[in-house]
Amino acid sequence: MTSKEHTTQLVAEDSERVRIDAKGLHYRLLNERIREAIGDGRKYIEVVNVCGQRYIGDGIQAQVRIDIYGIPGNDLAAFMDGAEVVVHNNAQDAVGNTLNSGRVIVHGDAGDVIGYGMRGGKVFIRGDVGYRVGIHMKEEPRRKPVLVVGGTAADFLGEYLAGGVLIVLGLTDTARRGTVVGDYCGTGMHGGLIYLRGAVEDAHIADRFAEKREATQEDLQAILPDLTEFCEVFGYDLDEVLAQPFWVVRPSSRNPYGGSYVPNP
Amino acid sequence: MRNTLVPRRFKQVIDYEKCQRCKRCVMGCGFGALEFQGRVVPSEKNECVACHYCVNVCPEEAITIVENPLKFRPHDVWQPDIIMQATRQAETGGVLLSGMGNDRPWGVIWDHLCLDACQVTNPSIDPLREPMELRTFLGRKPDAVEVERGPNGELRAKTSIPPQLVLETPVIFAPMSFGSISLNAQKALAMAAKELGIYWSTGEGGLHRDLYPYADRAIVQCASGRFGVHEEYLKAGAAVEIKIGQGAKPGIGGHLPGRKVTTAIAETRGIPEGTDALSPAPHHDIYSIEDLRQLIWAIKEATEFRVPVSVKIAAVHNVAAIASGIVRAGADIIYIDGFRGGTGAAPTMIRNHLGIPIEVAVAAVDSRLRKQGIRNQCSIIAAGSIRNSADLAKAIALGADACAIATAALVALGCHLCQQCHTGNCSWGITTQRPELTRRLDPAWGAERVANLVRAWTEELKEILGALGVNALESLRGSRDRLRAVFLDEKTREVLDVKAAGE
Amino acid sequence: MKFVRRYDERDRGACGLIGWMNKKGRKMSGEAMIEAIANMNERGNGLGGGFAGYGIYPELAQYYCFHVMYGNERAKGLTEELLAARFDVVKYEEIPTRPHPAITDEPLLWRYFLSPKGVDARESEEDYVVRAVMDINAGIADAFVFSSGKNMGAFKAVGYPEDVGKFFCLERYEGYIWTAHARFPTNSQAWWGGAHPFCLLDFSVVHNGEISSYGINRRYLETFGYTCTLFTDTEVMVYLFDLLVRRHRLPIEVACEVVAAPFWKDIDAETDPERRQLRTALRQVYASAMVNGPFAIILGFGNGMLGLNDRIKLRPMVAAENGADLYISSEEAAIHVLCPEPERVWMPKAGQPVIGYLEEGVTSTGVAADLLPSGSEKS
Repeated sequence: MTSKEHTTQLVAEDSERVRIDAKGLHYRLLNERIREAIGDGRKYIEVVNVCGQRYIGDGIQAQVRIDIYGIPGNDLAAFMDGAEVVVHNNAQDAVGNTLNSGRVIVHGDAGDVIGYGMRGGKVFIRGDVGYRVGIHMKEEPRRKPVLVVGGTAADFLGEYLAGGVLIVLGLTDTARRGTVVGDYCGTGMHGGLIYLRGAVEDAHIADRFAEKREATQEDLQAILPDLTEFCEVFGYDLDEVLAQPFWVVRPSSRNPYGGSYVPNP
Repeated sequence: MRNTLVPRRFKQVIDYEKCQRCKRCVMGCGFGALEFQGRVVPSEKNECVACHYCVNVCPEEAITIVENPLKFRPHDVWQPDIIMQATRQAETGGVLLSGMGNDRPWGVIWDHLCLDACQVTNPSIDPLREPMELRTFLGRKPDAVEVERGPNGELRAKTSIPPQLVLETPVIFAPMSFGSISLNAQKALAMAAKELGIYWSTGEGGLHRDLYPYADRAIVQCASGRFGVHEEYLKAGAAVEIKIGQGAKPGIGGHLPGRKVTTAIAETRGIPEGTDALSPAPHHDIYSIEDLRQLIWAIKEATEFRVPVSVKIAAVHNVAAIASGIVRAGADIIYIDGFRGGTGAAPTMIRNHLGIPIEVAVAAVDSRLRKQGIRNQCSIIAAGSIRNSADLAKAIALGADACAIATAALVALGCHLCQQCHTGNCSWGITTQRPELTRRLDPAWGAERVANLVRAWTEELKEILGALGVNALESLRGSRDRLRAVFLDEKTREVLDVKAAGE
Repeated sequence: MKFVRRYDERDRGACGLIGWMNKKGRKMSGEAMIEAIANMNERGNGLGGGFAGYGIYPELAQYYCFHVMYGNERAKGLTEELLAARFDVVKYEEIPTRPHPAITDEPLLWRYFLSPKGVDARESEEDYVVRAVMDINAGIADAFVFSSGKNMGAFKAVGYPEDVGKFFCLERYEGYIWTAHARFPTNSQAWWGGAHPFCLLDFSVVHNGEISSYGINRRYLETFGYTCTLFTDTEVMVYLFDLLVRRHRLPIEVACEVVAAPFWKDIDAETDPERRQLRTALRQVYASAMVNGPFAIILGFGNGMLGLNDRIKLRPMVAAENGADLYISSEEAAIHVLCPEPERVWMPKAGQPVIGYLEEGVTSTGVAADLLPSGSEKS
């Protein structure tokens, strides 16, 4: 998708809202200013003219919303715990790295290694993502991460997945030109679920670890709330999304390496 | 009263409380070293060789083997082994004969080389979850590929590649002749090679009728004795190997003692039963390098240029120059056998004191061929007691395209390295032709065990490559950079072109 | 002393890179690249920065231009002797620089515009030039030719690239292809020759990653007469492309398939037998030229540029185009410094090159037309 600047939403600053101009700011200063704003009690922080500054939103626990205009740098919302970050352009690599809770929304594409080690929270990408997305996501009884991609994902999606939900919807042009997911999908998977909507090559599912089958009504019901939320955020048509068949990729074993290793005599 | 002054090496110790007198050990011992006289006792006439077969068959674990506790006064120069050798020669006037490979304490260079691993600046690769490629091609390759565009702009290779052996893992089974080993043992290797997508070798004993179904994975050998070499044989194999020498006995031809030349052997080899099958030391049609060239091209012509031709040599002092000559003579593959290589029978002095280690030989050959710009013209197979996947990885880092294993494969079949192969009494049914012994080795069982070994090494090799941060074997091959030496002298490091650890 | 190589070991790096070209040959001053590479300041650690510009010497475009760094006058003297013996030295001068507080201990920096003389029939003019470069780099202590192409030049040093760019007065040069690099070597004793780009003739490479097959790539190249003298793994990358494209005349996208070879499982699954045979032959013959380890590179050549990733894409790369402008970068934000609203932005796939080349007529140097992809560039 093209990365056009969206008109910023913020109308006027007040005790709850503030705008920060990131132009020419080193990321440390920028992040300091964001934290200051949160410390001052602001709940809606709009950051404009962002161009590659890293670590925005990292480790933030407050229930705030940060809108980003421009291209944020790597490791956006890493280790974040509760805030909401909305990017009105493309994002780069390592978005939502070890996200604990909160929501990250990208109105564009995102790069490689998205959602690595996510433990909870939601990451919604409108467009396509790159390689190694959703690696080793994990879940606990009361916390389950969800990563939804509107377009396509490249190789190694869900590598080593241990928990949580990965959904790839194939709604972009890229999806129409090829498959919705790349090779080695689910390699090393031993937990969690991957939902794929659209053309998938069987040879691309890592069959030592994962098996793919058609999604049942039950399967779809389980993700309906997330799909609904996703469509609302980006203005996608939920009916159109549900009109195409889904696949579910699940681990084929809880212990895929059993028997490979033997004691040294 | 024994008729020799050479003391017994080993003693069988029987726990008579556990012994059930089933006599399986007595019947099992191929060497006749146990007798039953009211109870199981060591034979007076025959000696235990520590092959452990009796230990294996005893249902009660009632028998074990210990070294003869007879002590010599310690002497750094006249060690017990050496004393006993001189004693035997005094009694017999004979040339000492041994099986298997050099067992002397020369040190093992593999055990002084350590491999790299990637950290921080370069990621290691996960072999269990990400692709890891070991496919290997053995054969001559051109230096460049000429590419042309077809009518629709599609790209095509103009250059044609000469015939290659394709292996899914860089291991083949070394030549072990039918004669030196039993037909069942050879069949086990042939079956395993087929299963694994690699190759086995006929050795210099020809190809038995029963094994023709496995000929498409066989390297058929043409040695100085030309045993079993005929047109059908040459055309049946996946490659033809001219055996000039082997690591266990550089300069000497093959040796199959007469007592191992049974009817079947005689038929396959084309010689009379019961005679010693000695291969001539040189090929009598190869007295100089241009003669080798002549033989290579004769074979290529006879096989209509459809298969690669390999030349097998022992690793000796000027192995690099010899290798260069062999490549220029037209060989597609060079097989280098180091001085630890095993054999069915070799004069002990030759086995232990002639030849050089495979580690330096491979390094020297690889470097010399690269220096001369001809490395691409042939593949290098390294052999000579490659014991495990670590040795395999190091051999490849030094420049080998693949390794050949023999001793390791026999260990998989049950061998315990008693080194008595030349007697033809192998209790395990491996290096014998006695039917009551060979029937113990079930080829299907053997094939599974050998295949397991190679499969396990393949997985380990992948883990090693992953740690090295490469996902294709060719990125390790010849990369001396990934090795470091520990406690090796400077000159050896120079020959190996390997830096010292810490550098 | 930052010029001289202190430790005999290989530098590895994590880095940032960016490339731009205009396919119609519209030129841009190097200054804009300074801002773009500065945006990725985090990716470097100040121990190396560099640029390559093409089209920057239009009046002297027919001569080979050697950019040379010298540790001392003696090295300069010996080198100039060699150059005088083998070339007509049409022009020579110091490379213009301005003092910069962050750039210190600079070597002597000179450039020479050369025309080969006495090339005999046994070797091509380009091989003759390459031999001169290798002889200087390997044979004359403290002398390093760091670019040797026509109508192009490299500018590199120890320092942050934005400082390096100002030091070399990049604003004075106008080029139609520019690449830039920020370095993060792990050997703290960085040196000028180890910064990127690495160049030979018209080829230049900036590289992010580490070549774990360096040991065998280097030994393979040595059999073809290339000597690796710059203690940095990236050096093999530029020599590989010179060997594969210039000497072996492989189409440039085929050279990419040698360096980032497709997996056997994909070659085996190939339905077109001729393609399968070609890819098998390439892997069989060029096994030691495969580059393993994570990498993202931008290769500049006389009439274009290409971006390539390793086959499991362990390093980032983003491409964009806007009209006749093509951008390749480690991070999208850096592209936006040059172009706020590109028409199209995309992430190239592992092992698949992004190739852009100049329209006919812009220049007479570079990769031959039959070695460039037919039709428009790949993405």
